Amino acid sequence: MNHLPLRSTDSPARREFIRRLMGMSMAPAMRSVAPGVSVLFAGGAVAAGAPATAASTRAGADYGRLLILIELKGGNDGLNTLVPFADPAYASLRPRIAQRREELVHVSEREGLHPSLAALQPLWQGGELALIRGVGYPRPNLSHFRSIEIWDTASASEQYIAQGWVARAFAAHPVPRTFAADGVVIGNGEAGPLSGGGRVVTLASTEQFLRQARLAAPGRARGGRALEHVLKVEDDITQAARTLGGGELLKTQMPDGPFGNAVRNAAQVLAGRGNVAALRLTLNGFDTHQNQPGIHANLLRQLGDGLAALKGSLVELGRWDSTLIMTYAEFGRRAQENGSNGTDHGTASVHFALGGRVKGGLYGEAPRLDRLEDGNLVHAVDFRSLYATALQRWWGIEPASVLDGRFPQIDLLKT
Amino acid sequence: MGRLPLGHGSVVRLARRIALRFAHRFNFPLAGPVLAIGLGIALLGPSDAGWAQSLATVRAASEGASRSIPMGIADARHLLGRVGFGPTLGEVEAYALISRAEAVERLLADVKTSAGAPPPAWVNEPLMPPRSLREGSAEQRQAFQQQEIRRGLELRAWWIGEMLAGPSPLTERMTLFWHNHFTSSQQKVRFVHLMYRQNLLLREKALGNFADLLHAVSKDPAMVIYLDNASNRRDKPNENFAREVMELFTLGEGNYSETDIREAARAFTGWSIDPDTGSFLWRPFIHDSGEKTVLGRKGNFNGDAVLDILLEQPQAAQWVVGKLWREFVAPDFNREDERAEVHRIARVFRDSRYDIRTAVKELLLSQAFWAEGNRAALVKSPVDFVVGTLRQFDVRVHDAMPFALVTAGLGQNLFSPPNVKGWPGGEAWINSATLLSRKQFVERLFRGDEMRGPDTGMAMAEGGEVRGEAARQGPGTAPAHLRQAQFRARMSRAVDETRFDGENWFRRLEDGATHAGSKGSGNAVRGLSLERFVLASAPVNPVPAGVAGRERLRLLTLDPVYQLK
Repeated sequence: MNHLPLRSTDSPARREFIRRLMGMSMAPAMRSVAPGVSVLFAGGAVAAGAPATAASTRAGADYGRLLILIELKGGNDGLNTLVPFADPAYASLRPRIAQRREELVHVSEREGLHPSLAALQPLWQGGELALIRGVGYPRPNLSHFRSIEIWDTASASEQYIAQGWVARAFAAHPVPRTFAADGVVIGNGEAGPLSGGGRVVTLASTEQFLRQARLAAPGRARGGRALEHVLKVEDDITQAARTLGGGELLKTQMPDGPFGNAVRNAAQVLAGRGNVAALRLTLNGFDTHQNQPGIHANLLRQLGDGLAALKGSLVELGRWDSTLIMTYAEFGRRAQENGSNGTDHGTASVHFALGGRVKGGLYGEAPRLDRLEDGNLVHAVDFRSLYATALQRWWGIEPASVLDGRFPQIDLLKT
Repeated sequence: MGRLPLGHGSVVRLARRIALRFAHRFNFPLAGPVLAIGLGIALLGPSDAGWAQSLATVRAASEGASRSIPMGIADARHLLGRVGFGPTLGEVEAYALISRAEAVERLLADVKTSAGAPPPAWVNEPLMPPRSLREGSAEQRQAFQQQEIRRGLELRAWWIGEMLAGPSPLTERMTLFWHNHFTSSQQKVRFVHLMYRQNLLLREKALGNFADLLHAVSKDPAMVIYLDNASNRRDKPNENFAREVMELFTLGEGNYSETDIREAARAFTGWSIDPDTGSFLWRPFIHDSGEKTVLGRKGNFNGDAVLDILLEQPQAAQWVVGKLWREFVAPDFNREDERAEVHRIARVFRDSRYDIRTAVKELLLSQAFWAEGNRAALVKSPVDFVVGTLRQFDVRVHDAMPFALVTAGLGQNLFSPPNVKGWPGGEAWINSATLLSRKQFVERLFRGDEMRGPDTGMAMAEGGEVRGEAARQGPGTAPAHLRQAQFRARMSRAVDETRFDGENWFRRLEDGATHAGSKGSGNAVRGLSLERFVLASAPVNPVPAGVAGRERLRLLTLDPVYQLK
């Protein structure tokens, strides 16, 4: 299957798009006129500098719906996550690290989830978990850094864009100023899809953030772009701290470990009065070149238990039906195991989408182990199809302008 | 590119515990991968402004009458903050009395080619042969990994110590600059010895000749491992080094083709590592000696010949000077006059056959360097922020290791840049988490007594006990849990001993402010106020007149401008 974007490669509109992206990345001052820019993005005729309200009204983005993005950093081994046990090639490619069929969580007659993901079984049975198979992109890049940049910015393999795809959506369709922040990044300093604009708050601990926020010193001053940036961060902190967190104590039991901790902090952020449109969490350590089985089992346990706890918190907060959770990663791993009981960098992989409005089930195509290219899986679903789906069917944003192209959407959300 | 850090078992857990503990005491969030590593308006005085106007040209600064004009506090602060790390009162006072040109001469004359602080003792032990590591058991490999993590921390502490107390801050800044240009990471290189040797090389040639440096660093064992040239063979070329040497080290994207990369990679085949010593090894048998075409030149090039071809490109000087500009002068050079100035300096640099000193001198004497609009225009890196704060306020530091962890927590883990592009730097240093952590750091420091928080008594008691136990065991012989305890004790001791001596420091500031005028140097030191010393430009939020002393200092370091240099 091939999902080439339906666009000419060098149209004037495309050149204009690239030019704007470059301009925005190089001149942060332009970010402050995002509403005006957004109108241009949307292809409207309103002059730059139009008030934010006009733009957001026209756009009609529904940011009451929360998007939670979870990065499986290092590149998750999709073949050992949703295991194609019925394919004899699976066991022969992986004599040492193949998962045993009888231990898997039942999904279908041909595929099963890694036993460490047992906590997701109720979600699967409840029809709230979508498994999208074979997610990747054409001409895959196998460098961690470059490939995650491609995913973060929703670029083509050879295209360089400075701004994250969610940040672009926010620039084109501003999040209401009444929100505590556009997005919150939990833990890890990198903003990924949220980088390059918008009101984004990064925090390792919600409690600590609220405690320390008094140290922020917002103010107004004229200065260069460096001072402008610091002032913006000071201001974002102050504004977010006013309404984020500090809400009810949740009863959901949080799993131990760094990811459980991230989930707890995410839940604390959402428990406050203030709203946010997007959250980003990271689970680190998927670069399993050596001794994969134990490491991977531990990571997937953290993921499964964490997602289950996240659901528990969202249900408690009455947000489960207005939340869409999606995982992503720079790549999957090589089909054949390596000599160190692990796997090297690969390409396409399975990803999760879950939430109260998700139509559970299998999407994409089962991995074709008989049709590897350079030992790697050929993708069945372009990752930008997932983004387009989230933009259009979750937030109600026209995706083509944000993603610089049209990508087939996936019917995985209830209306 | 290389692998991401994997878990390192118990060392990671230890590191995490220690880091969390340390984090708790400083109230400092050291999150994520860091744990896995274990651990103004330039305040021109009235007279200064006059001089700035009178300096019509760049050259004027280094010639004639201006030679003798003292530059004053604001200029001295600006210069020293950019070439070094947060200047001390003493340094600012001394430099305020001499002219800009004299100051630049002096800074360049003070440059060193080796570090002053003694390195960790293990640098003199032989390197564990890569061969025996490869062939060793899983246990041996794990023990090696743990040892290298510990040594990596000691190496970071050593370097931070040199930045804090070394005789030439400019030397350390340039060493750090090259570390971020010719990146290598311990995460991939693994042998801390090799990271240490690379650091010595970068320091030795930091202000030497760029062509020499490029040739030397290309054959540096850490680099050969980091960019995979060790596995670049005639029958199986690896393009990693060939690509990065063009894209990042010499030319920048768009100045070469994919074919140039493929051809150059063939020339670099044979540059390898001796598996017994870890030294550079030329392996003629895997070298591709056939004809190559690189950037329009044809020949049976070897690696050195390709580096020379790269150095012949006018773009090379342009690329390096552009990067130095962003280090010293301003975040970009988009304006016409700025681009012209970068061009001019690149030409001088090229004409000097890549004398780095010449380029740095031209940059520091350029009008743009001193321009009003470029004061407080750069974001302090975590190293600038932490080392700068400790130096600026004469904070006593007996053991720099905790501060190596702090800079890592703020996003700059020395010897482990995030990828081959190095730290993105600039505005990327500051997000809400790192900004609050920076503020928490100075808050604790200037609230003095609170740094030894309520939990300190307990920690000290525990630390003391552990220290005693560790001492009885002697170094190196202790089993893992005792080594962990030693490390923990070392961290808590170091934190306990870190103190800002406000009384003395304010006395010295007062002395400088009142007596400077009597040194017979006119008004050069007049205006050494707290604000002018602490901040690179006027505060965004002026501190009310009634607030004085330590509290005034605390509020100034919380001002947004304190993040800038």
